[in-house]
Amino acid sequence: MKPAINTGEHFITGDVACAEGAIAAGCRFFGGYPITPATEITEHLSARLPGVGGTFIQMEDEIAAIASVLGASWTGVKSMTATSGPGFSLMMENIGLGICTETPCVVVNVQRVGPSTGLPTQAAQGDMMQARWGSHGDYEIIVLSPSSPQEIFYQTITAFNMSETYRLPVLILADEIVGHMSEKVIIPDAKHIKTVSRSRPKGRKDRFKLYEPGPNGVAPMPAIGEGYNIHVTGLTHDTKGYPAMTVDTQKEMMARLTGKIQNNLKDIIKTESYRLDDAEIAIISYGISARTSLSAVDKARRQGIKAGLLRLITIWPFPEDQILKLAEKVKGFVTVEMNLGQIHLEVKRCAGGRAPAFLVGHPGGTIISPDTVVKVLQEAF
Amino acid sequence: MAKKTPKHPLDDLIRKDRIPHIWCPGCGIGTIFSSCLTAIKESGIDLKKFVMISGIGCSGRAAGYVNLDSFHTTHGRAIPFATGVKLANPELNVIVFSGDGDLFAIGGNHFIHAARRNVDITVICVNNFNYGMTGGQVAATTPNMAKTTTTPFGNPETPFNLPLMAYAAGATYVARWTMLHSRDLTESISEAILKNGFSFIEALSPCPINYGRRNKLKPLDQLKLYQEKTIIKNDAKPTELDINFEKGVVLGKFVDIERPTYGDSYNKICRPDKLE
Amino acid sequence: MKFWRVPLDADDIQVSKGIVYILEDRCKGCGYCIEFCPRHVLEFSSKINAKGYHLPAVIKAEECLSCHYCEIICPEFAIYSIEIPCESTENTKGIEIITKTQKTESTK
Repeated sequence: MKPAINTGEHFITGDVACAEGAIAAGCRFFGGYPITPATEITEHLSARLPGVGGTFIQMEDEIAAIASVLGASWTGVKSMTATSGPGFSLMMENIGLGICTETPCVVVNVQRVGPSTGLPTQAAQGDMMQARWGSHGDYEIIVLSPSSPQEIFYQTITAFNMSETYRLPVLILADEIVGHMSEKVIIPDAKHIKTVSRSRPKGRKDRFKLYEPGPNGVAPMPAIGEGYNIHVTGLTHDTKGYPAMTVDTQKEMMARLTGKIQNNLKDIIKTESYRLDDAEIAIISYGISARTSLSAVDKARRQGIKAGLLRLITIWPFPEDQILKLAEKVKGFVTVEMNLGQIHLEVKRCAGGRAPAFLVGHPGGTIISPDTVVKVLQEAF
Repeated sequence: MAKKTPKHPLDDLIRKDRIPHIWCPGCGIGTIFSSCLTAIKESGIDLKKFVMISGIGCSGRAAGYVNLDSFHTTHGRAIPFATGVKLANPELNVIVFSGDGDLFAIGGNHFIHAARRNVDITVICVNNFNYGMTGGQVAATTPNMAKTTTTPFGNPETPFNLPLMAYAAGATYVARWTMLHSRDLTESISEAILKNGFSFIEALSPCPINYGRRNKLKPLDQLKLYQEKTIIKNDAKPTELDINFEKGVVLGKFVDIERPTYGDSYNKICRPDKLE
Repeated sequence: MKFWRVPLDADDIQVSKGIVYILEDRCKGCGYCIEFCPRHVLEFSSKINAKGYHLPAVIKAEECLSCHYCEIICPEFAIYSIEIPCESTENTKGIEIITKTQKTESTK
């Protein structure tokens, strides 16, 4: 039998790299629904999953897709779905169910231009806030953003690892360009790929409490069929998993749901700095826009502008401390993103007036050119 | 002399610490739920291998009372959730227990697709003709001219014929009973559990507080209607299964056919290597 | 006047007998068990439980054949019958009322 992981050097799109990353991470269930520009993930997994003992199903809509993924995850199988803006909107309620019931899974959103049907085949980064707050109620969420096909491969593995560690849906917010462009992607040998699986309960089944947190604030998770007689509900529930309609239970549950993220920020937040050490202007960017920004930094440096880049790999939880620290030393911030300032406002919030923040953004449809960024750097400072 | 009192025969299958349940006096959900538990118990199948999945609504609360692995999901999404469970672990016996609003209005699309795919799950629909949990609004099953809180002048719409829809969508087992016909209902659920394919059972139930009150139907009168105005006719034509208590409501088993399930087809077509 | 056909071996057939158990704190007084008992074993009593529901009472205990219909129709898991051997003289009262369900776990 062929090994599950396609070790080797490939020239593939980001979408295909994402699908291969999922396989490498141990994903064995995919419930999807076609949507540009994420369809290739769905297509690739339809071909790949049955061969590695997994199951693929194209559901009747995105709501069904995410619901099937949550169900599959409770059988102990790593599960994923992929979509874009309109489908992402449809998934929001069940992403909330996944958060509330602490169900590990990965949701990939290859962003296209919105609102509504927008520009289906063109890139945007307009779902950043929806990823953070799209489902109703309060919650913490983990959102990653890849800048290249190679990175989406690894990030998909990271997303699975984080979802298994912290028991929640982890979102990957790619964009049409990362999803559709082909680049060299190196898939390492299985032994060089680190995968994490949810911790399993030990001890007496009759004393088991479904949501009693372990040392890292996360409860071990049994699978359906193991005899734990679990009850899982989207209603506010106690540590046993039973619905309890009280203010106190709600408080306790929310402390659990948010605490497991807030108390592990060091492990979750990942950023990358480029020429930031002596920078006077900090560019904040992510996804494909971070690659624009990278080249803008070099161009600006050649013109004597001391720019540097903080590339956000984890978008949510937001790297507040890092922005605050930068705010103490830089003359200003420039956020580069393909939207009208969703992360820009976050940067502004975290800078807290210590340094001015500017936006290089547009409502999507085309990549931002490095020259546009450099021009703003010249004019603003 | 303290004599040990025997337990209720279904006590092992209910979460006793959550009983009494939330269902109103005279509501039939408890009876239908009890039929379902009896069928599970009598199946002889390892209880660990059962999972009950519900959506939202009064019937959706059933999952919270069964002492098995159980899931109370989002409104209308019990079937796709169950589909994921079944496909990811085909060894499990998956029962979807939910209401007419959940399964056929907000979740109607999922129902027809699961039936079409022939996902091997058992769907039990408690049909109480309205949205009980939210106070009695019109549903996709509310009879024409019936009064609900959102049809104060009478329902101008026509209800679904659920067995016809299940049949048309490709369900391999379709039956309808009322909560009064609980022995037949239990037998049907037993058959449905053992059936390798998508099974659908509609179980009629009174909703005395929200539907009955507005339509001058006392719970006992409604049960008498179930007794006197129903006709058991197995293999009846699905097109003749409209619910009309004046004409008489047909009960029975209407479909029991064989057809490859999604899981079987998937294994055969998508991973033929596995067959060797 | 009712005509019943009597089986030839009627004398040899052992008809089962049952004891009805009522879990009072589960009952919501819907009356289904009373209405649909084929032997009219039950009747509404004037007794009410903690939640204020009128409870059924066994009035003709000796009539119970343990057909379990009360148990099957009850939406509350509040009534059930247990078959007793025909010759048994034990508990001829044919009823047991459990005023408090034994709760193994707290309701919290």
